[in-house]
Amino acid sequence: MKQQIIVSGLGGQGVVFATRLLAHAAMETGHPVLTSENHGMAMRGGTIISHVKIGAFHSPLIRQGHADIGLFLNRENLGIHGGMMKDTGTLFVNTPFPGAYRHCDATGLAMSAGAVVVANLVLLGFAVRTGGFFCTAGQLEDVIQRISPPKQLNLNLKGFRLGLEAQRSF
Amino acid sequence: MSQNEERILMGNEAIGRGLVECGCEFIAAYPGTPSSEILSSAVKFVRETGVKTHLEWSVNEKVAYEAALACAYTGKRAAVAMKQVGLNVAADPFMRSAYLGTKGGFVLVAADDPGPHSSQTEQDSRFFALFANIPVFDPASPAEAKDMVKQAFALSEKYEIPVMLRPTTRVCHARQNVPCGRPEVLNRPPRFEKDPGRWIATPQFLPDLHRQLNEKMDRIAGEDALGPRAFRGDGSQPRRCVIASGVAFAHAYDLLADMGLLGRIDLFQVILPHPLHKGFIEEIRAGYDAILVVEETYPVIETQLINERVTGRRSGHIPNRGELTQDVVLSVLDKFLNRTPDPATRTAPEKGKRPSLCAGCPHRAAYWAIKTTFPGGIFPSDIGCYTLAMNFGAIDTCHCMGACISQAEGFYFAYADEKNPPAIVVSIGDSTFFHAGIPGLINAVLHRARFILVILDNATTAMTGNQPVPHLGITADGSPGRAVLIPDLLKACGVSFIRECDPYDMEALSRHLKEADRHCRSAEGGVAVVVTKHPCLLDHGARGNQAEFAMAVSEDCSGCRQCLEEFECPALVFNDETGSVEIDGTICVGCGVCVAVCPLGAIIAREK
Ligand code: SF4
Ligand code: SF4
Repeated sequence: MKQQIIVSGLGGQGVVFATRLLAHAAMETGHPVLTSENHGMAMRGGTIISHVKIGAFHSPLIRQGHADIGLFLNRENLGIHGGMMKDTGTLFVNTPFPGAYRHCDATGLAMSAGAVVVANLVLLGFAVRTGGFFCTAGQLEDVIQRISPPKQLNLNLKGFRLGLEAQRSF
Repeated sequence: MSQNEERILMGNEAIGRGLVECGCEFIAAYPGTPSSEILSSAVKFVRETGVKTHLEWSVNEKVAYEAALACAYTGKRAAVAMKQVGLNVAADPFMRSAYLGTKGGFVLVAADDPGPHSSQTEQDSRFFALFANIPVFDPASPAEAKDMVKQAFALSEKYEIPVMLRPTTRVCHARQNVPCGRPEVLNRPPRFEKDPGRWIATPQFLPDLHRQLNEKMDRIAGEDALGPRAFRGDGSQPRRCVIASGVAFAHAYDLLADMGLLGRIDLFQVILPHPLHKGFIEEIRAGYDAILVVEETYPVIETQLINERVTGRRSGHIPNRGELTQDVVLSVLDKFLNRTPDPATRTAPEKGKRPSLCAGCPHRAAYWAIKTTFPGGIFPSDIGCYTLAMNFGAIDTCHCMGACISQAEGFYFAYADEKNPPAIVVSIGDSTFFHAGIPGLINAVLHRARFILVILDNATTAMTGNQPVPHLGITADGSPGRAVLIPDLLKACGVSFIRECDPYDMEALSRHLKEADRHCRSAEGGVAVVVTKHPCLLDHGARGNQAEFAMAVSEDCSGCRQCLEEFECPALVFNDETGSVEIDGTICVGCGVCVAVCPLGAIIAREK
């Protein structure tokens, strides 16, 4: 099995944590995994992207036009990282506005859960529920249980479950 | 958690883990992207495995290098980690260490940043290894980086030579499932054997040490186990080969696989770009007519092949600068293999959002005070989060660690004879000041330069992930050290004007700055220092310790954008529909600083 996922957002939106969750889920489900992420200057609110490659890859980077799944924490990033997607790829976008993608107001839901910082988990829950991921929602939830910092755990789970239950827009 | 298992590790963590597993007893580093997590992960693994290792965030890379190297003189294993430009700072001890060598294994991790993504150059540390004449490993993945740490220690001890491991950003910041094992426990007693001809090595000893170095390197170049890894073709692409190293190899491997050419064309992965394996150089010369070398960032392998049929960075077949992304490597391979490129060319992506100082960052307040107090001033600055002040025009230079203070001296003397010299206001972070700012300050005081030095003291090394700074008296693993205080240092450097304040109080800061300016221009004036003290908001607990206001923008906002362009708090956003500014409550930390920025008084702070 091979699957290539991008997570796109702004520094501070939890792109790296979402990447780690996916990487751990891959390992737990017996897949080799390689990811690539941004650190340093860009993390101060700049546009960032993570690449997650599940299966037998050597390169940590995804080519333009080769991503199967795109998780966009910021809709404006579509113009920047949209070209990474396969024509047949599936886009999940954090926005209240409909478009040529599956959308979910992850920020809004996260705020209702008490913390805007878990928008990443809401979007992840929303996306994994559709199936088509290398892992199941249950497997991802186990990873959240395992690697969340203790103080964040309940909030993370709450965000993830809100995403799982979010109204499907398609 | 058991110790023999696969784990998801970032490249830097894999290197940190490798160092700990190799029984390394001294690890020193100075933080810098993309290398910073090497030492912090070593701290974690040392704690977890209970081994005994000295870990330190050194004051700078030169100090780190020298301290770790001396530990290795005693027969213990030692390592030092830094970003590529950190090696410029450590170049002095580094170059000589090649001649003098080591006793215990000594590994230098120099992390390169092709692109560059987060550095002032995209220099190739492998060239530094070639310059010093020491071996360098070039990993293609986190798992490989960890293995190479082991190989590097073994090689270092076999030849008593420092060995470099050169990961790049894409390896440092990749994550992968990596096998982990138990740390070796070496328990080596320290044995420093006095050997003046070697450890003092006055010039008379150096020709012989240089000869020994050349001999070692000649023997290493003959080590078959370190020669390139071959992925042979089936003969269908005769006399044609691709040679690659590091992450560029990983890209080439996957791309050739996609093209159905893996196992058809000869592909080589160079493990040790310097010294290049002697037999390999011969094999390439005799066996191939079309040779493509794919490497980052400079032509190190290509240069050593000395072969006019080689194509790569030097020949112009590959752009002579910049990161080799998969898409760049793809177009290079297409050309080399005479393939028609994939028609699915994509439109050039839009530019992303640039990074900016965090909402409520104390630096922003300090810069607002500096900028508004001295319109027309010259503002040398330095490396850290505060470099982002260029976004709103509050700094004029950024060169290399600590340079801003010496630059201020240069600017001062350039303008000294002018009738009305501009105010020169330098800004430097606390960590950068300790790293390389102090000699420049001593020099400026000695030579009677006059300028204002603002030390932005946020009690951390923020940009690289909040590592501790010397004036806190905390060491890398959290144990107490002895604090070295900034005001004490300033006095010892001969500074007589020192003021401290919280930059959130911009009026007080502005008053101090004006007083400092008068001091500079007075008869007995010199360097005047203002230390602005407020913790970085990403630091643990910082936000809980400051007041939080409820912020709002009133109808008086005219949409003039002054607060956006001149202040650039990410929580202030323009609403296109209303034509005015509003506060993004999901980002705003309620610091209240922006109230002073709006000329119409439209930004309002209320007690919560
Ligand atoms: S990390 Fe700290 S120093 Fe850096 S921009 Fe944010 S608040 Fe400022
Ligand atoms: S109070 Fe003003 S300056 Fe402070 S974070 Fe909020 S918008 Fe930014």
